[in-house]
Amino acid sequence: MALLQITEPGQVGAREHRCAVGIDLGTTNTLAAAVRDGLPQTLSAAVPSLVHYRADAAPLVGDAARGASLEDPANTVVSVKRLMGRGADDLAHLPEWFGYRLNCDNPGVPRLQTAAGDKSAVEVSADILREIKRLAEKALGAAPDGAVITVPAYFDDAQRQATKDAARLAGLEVYRLINEPTAAAVAYGLDRGADEELIAVFDFGGGTLDVSVLQLDKGVLRVLATGGDSLLGGDDFDRALADWLAAQAPASAAFARTPRTLRHLLAEARRAKEALSAERAVECRLSPPGCGEWRTELPRAQFEQLAAPLADKAVAVCRRVLLDAGVQPAQVQNIVMVGGSTRMPLVRARVAEFFGRELLTDIDPDEVVALGAAVQADTLAGNRAGGDEMLLLDVVPLSLGIETMGGLAEKIIPRNSVIPAARAQEFTTAKDGQTGLSLHVVQGERPLVSDCRSLARFELKGIEPRKAGAARIEVTFRVDADGLLSVEAEEAASGARTAVEVKPSYGLSDDEVERMILDSAAHAGQDMQARKLREVQVEGRRVVDALMAALAEDGDELLDAAGRAPILDAGRKLEDAIGRGDADSIRAAIERLEACSESYVARRMNRGIRRALAGRSAGEFG
Amino acid sequence: MAITLTPAAAGRMKDFLERRGSGIGVRLGVKTTGCSGLAYTIEYADQVGVDDRVFEDRGVKVLIDAASLVYLDGAEVDFAKEGLNEGFRFNNPNEKDRCGCGESFSI
Repeated sequence: MALLQITEPGQVGAREHRCAVGIDLGTTNTLAAAVRDGLPQTLSAAVPSLVHYRADAAPLVGDAARGASLEDPANTVVSVKRLMGRGADDLAHLPEWFGYRLNCDNPGVPRLQTAAGDKSAVEVSADILREIKRLAEKALGAAPDGAVITVPAYFDDAQRQATKDAARLAGLEVYRLINEPTAAAVAYGLDRGADEELIAVFDFGGGTLDVSVLQLDKGVLRVLATGGDSLLGGDDFDRALADWLAAQAPASAAFARTPRTLRHLLAEARRAKEALSAERAVECRLSPPGCGEWRTELPRAQFEQLAAPLADKAVAVCRRVLLDAGVQPAQVQNIVMVGGSTRMPLVRARVAEFFGRELLTDIDPDEVVALGAAVQADTLAGNRAGGDEMLLLDVVPLSLGIETMGGLAEKIIPRNSVIPAARAQEFTTAKDGQTGLSLHVVQGERPLVSDCRSLARFELKGIEPRKAGAARIEVTFRVDADGLLSVEAEEAASGARTAVEVKPSYGLSDDEVERMILDSAAHAGQDMQARKLREVQVEGRRVVDALMAALAEDGDELLDAAGRAPILDAGRKLEDAIGRGDADSIRAAIERLEACSESYVARRMNRGIRRALAGRSAGEFG
Repeated sequence: MAITLTPAAAGRMKDFLERRGSGIGVRLGVKTTGCSGLAYTIEYADQVGVDDRVFEDRGVKVLIDAASLVYLDGAEVDFAKEGLNEGFRFNNPNEKDRCGCGESFSI
């Protein structure tokens, strides 16, 4: 046991054991855990992530809202995690299964219309977290001091921010947001195992699939690559089965596709799916309110036939993420299975076959993330002795950069950089006498700004007017431990400085992230051409501008009309070429202009040197 | 009802009290620690409280409030060195379970 020292009276409790909880805020279920007596334990049964709103009463959360989700779907919010940090545009293509009425007066923050008024996704999540907090208090006998909340590795800035806001609204102090796969690996204690190891985390939840490759290096756990499918999860298996059941039902039991019937079908499909993880066959009973009743026997083989395309998709995601990490399946030593969907024997078989290895399934796949978060929360609360501290490193999901001349995106923090990260890059002015700089922060893999996601725009003012290229502007990107970005720009000479916290009104949806990454590979060749063209256009523009400025200064003095004519002509031709947008002809025009202005440039230089030397004695150069 | 000190513990307590220059003895206690049961405390004692029980063992006054005594009755306090660490340790017959880090216990 710990050895105690005698303390001054009244100081006991100064270094008190703080009570920290880990919360897995999931699409389908939410669960809290805490380290008690040295071991992480869940604090209650999982709470379904359901909120039922009533006109004149407090909302019902969890199991209490379960019945209502069938009776009154319009006022019951399910899978709210899918709406977190999303704008109205992102929600336009929500599946009809959700059956929500949206109020999009503010496109940045769409609200769900309920009997208790319009609710944003953040408010709904806060209601879930409030319930979790209440349960945690009951189990611990005290209010938790703080929490670690897990988010999918793919959550972008807006989604992470929304999660933090929800926690704050629920009265929880957030120590940190950590990625779900990292939490799962921590729960298995993999961070304390071998010196070096590759770990894959296969997290197949209700709504999403996240596959991550983690690298353990001397106690440091680092996310090598992460990827997934935000529209593939247990819900999809339910949906496939529900569709099949609806199609099999005889005409006498014709089920209208109302939100109520659909939810009933889904509930039955889910029950059947879960039963089939243990049973070889199950009886499905369908009796939606207002429709007839129908029963059928469903063998596991039939279900697996329906599920096979979804399992194939899941394995394809594994393949892609491993490719991204530059890792062969056989190199992965441990595969952590997370999420209820990994209970399906079909899913386990396919994943084990892909990696050619036994899977880690000892810890309840529905609890493993919350348990890992609890361990991390305990560490952050300062309850662990010094040497026990664990270093968790995560990565940014998409490159972060800035728009430069010609609409090119310059990457400052590349994708998969370890966070927290801070990187600075120097930029300069493009025009003589420029006193301001407009900064455009973008996120994405493509080289052209127009193909990336715009995160923020801000201006640096008060730069001392100087020649183009003379000012030195340092732009610093910082991504904190929660994955949130701040950008700062500073001009060295004038000390002008400006900063922005990037909190976009709405960010990228997971599938957009996915699409952007895939796009960058698909368009690699085309992008390179576009980049080359923009670069040569920028260069051509610079050459023309510099020459015109020189001619205006001393062209009349150093050249006669006959000498000026070919230079002006070549300049005009270069401008035309820039306008036409053909890289090769721009390059040729630049060369022609440089060739015919060669003697003029030489004369300018000679005169410059003569001026510099004039009025000085020879001794000064001795 | 009694609390005992090992010779090593009593010697150290005397040393510490002497060095501090004041105090009538040492107060032992237990406190609840949020989410993991109970933990022991040792403080200097400057005065006797109304619900304190006072023991004397090997020349050291030991004070315990009534609420803590139930948990500590029959316990022995030892002084030990473990590697670079040294400090006091409770050998408590009432203890049923101890948490992994050894900071707290339950009864």
